[in-house]
Amino acid sequence: MVPITTLHYLVVAAALFVLGVIGVLIRRNVVIVLMSIELILNAVNLNLVAFSRMWGNLHGQVFAIFIIVDAAAEAAVGLGILIAFFRNKETVNVDEIDLLKW
Amino acid sequence: MNPGLNAALNSGMAPVATPWFFYALAGMAVVSALLVITLRNAVHAALALIVTLLSVASLYLMLYAPFVTGVQIVVYAGGIMVLFLFVIMLVNIERSSKEHRFNRIWPAGLAAACALLALFVSAFVKGKALFADRGMPLPESSNTQQIATMLYGEAGRMGQYTFAFEIASLLLLVAILGAVIMTKKKI
Repeated sequence: MVPITTLHYLVVAAALFVLGVIGVLIRRNVVIVLMSIELILNAVNLNLVAFSRMWGNLHGQVFAIFIIVDAAAEAAVGLGILIAFFRNKETVNVDEIDLLKW
Repeated sequence: MNPGLNAALNSGMAPVATPWFFYALAGMAVVSALLVITLRNAVHAALALIVTLLSVASLYLMLYAPFVTGVQIVVYAGGIMVLFLFVIMLVNIERSSKEHRFNRIWPAGLAAACALLALFVSAFVKGKALFADRGMPLPESSNTQQIATMLYGEAGRMGQYTFAFEIASLLLLVAILGAVIMTKKKI
């Protein structure tokens, strides 16, 4: 059996990243678009931790923790915007979110 | 880290069960990520996302990052996902679960994502040598302590990331205020 190298983790992270991008691009439900953004951030985190393992230092893990903090802030603000929007237009459909469109 | 595992790592040998665990966890993460972007019901998608997050947390554990694993489980699977489920139940899912799942231009989005995947694959094929395993095992038992030293510093001195840590706490404060103000009915 082939031992697991850094490249294996990078491939998994790339797959998660691409799935997240697909979710952002094609889904119509805003909540699921936000969830796909979380998938993308997770893929980045997996890359950072894999590289931290590869180089044998902890900088990558510290960066991963900072990204988790960012993800929490992003989720809070994004869901706040969603609640405020839902109160105005009663929809969670991305195609109908066009208040700023001229 | 126990001495046997350390010796195994130093001699370039992986622990016995590692490849199987890796493939199982990676497969679980990718399959449930696929479910997140295809399931019709948003609550089911959120549950699938929790499975992905837990599988990725286990992958962190395999990469000798126990503290990041703990943070991932507590903050992501525990905190952020509860927030998501809360919001899903606040907005009505009845209507959106009857509509189309994907928007009109989904073939274009899929094509763009495939182009991105091709870019990744070509980068990995061309840069294979860059990602060679250097075989530098991280100390697992003092992982949390070392991260704390980098974040907070030691012996009265500032750590390498203390300033960034303070900025992150400011960011969280701004996010809390923003979320509270935006969800108020009248500002």
